[in-house]
Amino acid sequence: MTATDIKATRRDAAEHGAAVAQARRVLRHAGFYTFICLLIAFFALPLLWLLAAPFDSAPGVTVSLPDFTLRNFQVLADNPYALRSLGNSVILAGGTGALTLLFSALAAYALSRVKLPGRDMLLYVLLLLSSIVTGTAAMVPLFNLAFELHLIDSQLGVILILTGGMLPSAIFILKDFMDGTPVSYEESARVFGASPLQIVRHIVVPLVRPGLATIAVWSVAQVWGNFLVPFLLLRSPEKSPAAVVMYTFYTEGGQPNLALISTYSLLYSLPVVLMFLFVSSRYGFRFHGGIKR
Amino acid sequence: MPATSSPELEAGTPAKSEDVERRPEAPGAPSNRVQAGGDAAGLGRARATAFIVPAMLLIAAFLLFPAIWTIYLGLTDYRLTGLAAANPQFVGLDNLQNALSDDRFGNSMWLTVEYVIGSAVIGQVLLGFAVAWVMRERRGALRRLVESLLLLAWVLPGSVVAFLWIALLDRDSGTLNALLQTPGTGWLLEYPMASIIVFNIWRGAAFSMMLYAAAIGNVPPSHLETARLAGASTWQQLRDVVIPRIKGHILTNLLLISLWTFNDFTPFMLTAGGPDDKTEIMPVFIYKLALNSGELGFGAAISVLMLLFNLIIALFYVRMLRSRKDDAA
Repeated sequence: MTATDIKATRRDAAEHGAAVAQARRVLRHAGFYTFICLLIAFFALPLLWLLAAPFDSAPGVTVSLPDFTLRNFQVLADNPYALRSLGNSVILAGGTGALTLLFSALAAYALSRVKLPGRDMLLYVLLLLSSIVTGTAAMVPLFNLAFELHLIDSQLGVILILTGGMLPSAIFILKDFMDGTPVSYEESARVFGASPLQIVRHIVVPLVRPGLATIAVWSVAQVWGNFLVPFLLLRSPEKSPAAVVMYTFYTEGGQPNLALISTYSLLYSLPVVLMFLFVSSRYGFRFHGGIKR
Repeated sequence: MPATSSPELEAGTPAKSEDVERRPEAPGAPSNRVQAGGDAAGLGRARATAFIVPAMLLIAAFLLFPAIWTIYLGLTDYRLTGLAAANPQFVGLDNLQNALSDDRFGNSMWLTVEYVIGSAVIGQVLLGFAVAWVMRERRGALRRLVESLLLLAWVLPGSVVAFLWIALLDRDSGTLNALLQTPGTGWLLEYPMASIIVFNIWRGAAFSMMLYAAAIGNVPPSHLETARLAGASTWQQLRDVVIPRIKGHILTNLLLISLWTFNDFTPFMLTAGGPDDKTEIMPVFIYKLALNSGELGFGAAISVLMLLFNLIIALFYVRMLRSRKDDAA
């Protein structure tokens, strides 16, 4: 074999290698885009109905381009339960959010700043307890408890039970925030004679405001979608939140009122979607476990 | 909130005894020192206790007490109506024994295992990881679109999502039948378990995607680069570089989503346990048993088993958090 032959062979091999690499790259691209297209189709398909049906003059179950109208929203406004149940959702989510925020902030601050005996053990037990006792595992005693305390069919009962369930996680998240804020402001305010409660109100609260916002958004989002607890405890449709009332829209009578359900779903979803957009623009939505479970 | 820390990963780790805890300081931020034993605002023990009491009362009433009461109820023949409602008798471990020999319980247990393993352990983990992996070097519109779609499925209320899937899978005019040209296929009736598994993958993949995206982002790019230059295939890169590095995250992810899926009641809105108990996973089984049939004691006995299982997962999880915190220290 002459030197030129060897060169030619080498060049062929190199070209062959380049061709293989090229083919592999094309394949990888094709694979990637196939995967992405399937993925987008899988996730978008159920959502399309939510976008199209509320504006369709004759909404069906099938996704189709809407024959545009806003009349369905009139149907929603005329329904006696629809708007009221959204109001109930606001009451439940707002009440739970406010109580969770207040009690968890007080507890987290005290736990962060004062070394109480048994604090570490307490935190450990709380973390365990909050992941073990869930609405589904404890539905029998929760129902019983509400019955004994005359909290069946009471929105306050739902608010208290949901708050109790959310407090441990809220305390953890907030304590983490408070541990991360400097104590020097508090110390200097104290030097100038501010009372502990003044310090908490005027210094600590503004410092941990992002943490408080996180807890508020998180707790409201949790309650907004919660089905089981109000479903167990509330008997009258006038008091039930959107999650429960919506479920009754399509089991009664067999023929679901699609004009109503579609607009209702959209209105009911909007607040959490807006909150999600707010959170993601603010914090980049890297909450991991925090925001929902 | 620190951008990359999840509350679960930080929570529940006892502060190191008396010494001063130091946290990494952000540039320009004031000193971030917190003294574990200090009391900067002069709160004092009495006032600190008063701050904690309301939260603890609610937790004791609505978490601790129900847990204990579940255990007690599980040992009685308490019923919603009838003789046993007025005067429940202590029956010891009979309920548990009955449960374990009851076909309905066995059926429900098996369905729950299928549901958790199929939708969470396999479905959400694989899909979430796959999305995080193929999107790892992408920025821009495509990535935002994919992430937003997954997150939307995750944040929408369960009732809405359940109806979207009922519409999608409808026998007469569902979108899926129209697309696949399979008119008249009643997916929820013919393939009920598969339907709720796919539904839960759809609903929950976002969490795994976010967790794995953060984990993969923490793998040093130079390691992957080195492996690539050495001629490692994608599979080899995953096996030898990525997975060993994110083992902890995989375990965290597995524990959390198993716990959540095990306690998930949403499939009830899709199938109500039917047809013929074919989707009667544990939470739905307890609901039907205790609050529909009124067998509160029997239902509570099964709840105790659920609490036990939750405890096992949570203990693993908390232990892992502690050991990771110790490794970091």
